[in-house]
Amino acid sequence: MAETSSLIQIKGVRDGLLITLGGADWADLATAFVKNVDERSSFFNGARVALDVGVNELRVAELSALRDQLSERGIALWAVLSESRVTETTAQNLGLATRISKPRPMEVREVVDELPGDAAKWVKGPLRSGGRVQFDGNIVVMGDVNPGAEIVASGSVIVWGRLRGVVHAGAQGDDQAVVCALELAPTQLRIAGEIAVSPKKQGKSQPEIACLKDGQLVAKPWQDLTGR
Amino acid sequence: MTAKVVTVASGKGGVGKTTSVANIAVALASRGQKVTCIDGDIGLRNLDVILGLENRIVYDLVDVIEGRCRLRQAMIRDKRLPELYLIPAAQTRDKTAVSPSDMVRLCDELRQEVDWIIIDSPAGIERGFKNAIAAADRVLVMTNPEVSAVRDADRVIGLLDAEEKGPAALVINRLDPAMVKRGDMLSVEDVLDLLAVELIGIIPEDENVIVASNRGQPLALDGKSKAGQAFQNIARRLMGEQVPFMDLESQNLFQRLLGRK
Repeated sequence: MAETSSLIQIKGVRDGLLITLGGADWADLATAFVKNVDERSSFFNGARVALDVGVNELRVAELSALRDQLSERGIALWAVLSESRVTETTAQNLGLATRISKPRPMEVREVVDELPGDAAKWVKGPLRSGGRVQFDGNIVVMGDVNPGAEIVASGSVIVWGRLRGVVHAGAQGDDQAVVCALELAPTQLRIAGEIAVSPKKQGKSQPEIACLKDGQLVAKPWQDLTGR
Repeated sequence: MTAKVVTVASGKGGVGKTTSVANIAVALASRGQKVTCIDGDIGLRNLDVILGLENRIVYDLVDVIEGRCRLRQAMIRDKRLPELYLIPAAQTRDKTAVSPSDMVRLCDELRQEVDWIIIDSPAGIERGFKNAIAAADRVLVMTNPEVSAVRDADRVIGLLDAEEKGPAALVINRLDPAMVKRGDMLSVEDVLDLLAVELIGIIPEDENVIVASNRGQPLALDGKSKAGQAFQNIARRLMGEQVPFMDLESQNLFQRLLGRK
């Protein structure tokens, strides 16, 4: 297996990740790839992935099985690149793209060399019901987080939008973690081990920040902090 | 002729997908468009009933896919509108009888023959839903002004984005302006605020819809009904026309004269 995992190359491209699989039997490659994903689930979760499968000839069953396995792990397979005509047709039948804007990207993304607490995952919103983002570090969401969506971070969470889903900051016990949002109205808010639900709010909403103070979850308007 | 494939989906059941498919198809056909609707709800078919074509089914969607008949043989022609066809779902099978790629192939074959293919998605987000959206060029997401329906619509919109079938267009069904005014129902603004997608139709609550469905006489054929008009407006918007949203507030002239907004 150690040998096959070296046959998996991961590159960051503009549209997500480009993953090149090649040089071995497809069944082994697919298994090795899924295993790789499981080992680094926080890195892969929510990723958009294009697969370069080289000369492998893939039928619908094989490709859709992999797509389903990936989607169970929160990965959206959107394109399959191949030198095989059969595979291209298969991909098209499944509604996948067979070309990406930059087929051979130069930029290589370094993987998992980030320190917990310093790194942040950038998520483009809106995060809709059923959407889940989990990250070992901080999370920044650009857009609304709707009810039914879930954010879990070992660090802090910042939402540039309305936060109405479930949010858990400091998921591994960091009680210094904070949650801030332009409108803080989560279904449920957790920081470290504490859980709270939003009180019913009246009047105009304003940006707020929630943190732990003496073991209690408190939310304060952003102005109060800047005024200090 | 290259058809546009439009799928109507919702996540939650009972919000009015099937009724809307029937009415949008009828509205398009009444505007001279050639329309085929496909019932994607295999095992729980309904579209044939609402269109009043139940007693004319010989072959169904699964028969076409499994090669027991030609596509043409499964297309039931409507008596009222000669350019309207229905491909019914099989009632004795389940969703696994069809795969997403089957739907893509079927629609590709059909595209040459009609202007519009309207697909009725089953409730849920599993196989039946995936089948229904596989070939879609455009997806209309249906919701009612209720929190649970909006929640499910949000989930569906997210799934459509992930499948690159977005951006979805929203239809809000069964809106009761009086209840909204009393603050007892989510308003159009409340729904759009959460879902943040393009709005393509608002259909007012109208008990004639139920009567029409039971009779198999879609309401869009009735020029006087407000709900029927709303479906006609959706059809016009699908055809690229700019149609302002109906004023559902002003019920009649008398109220307007009294100065009600």
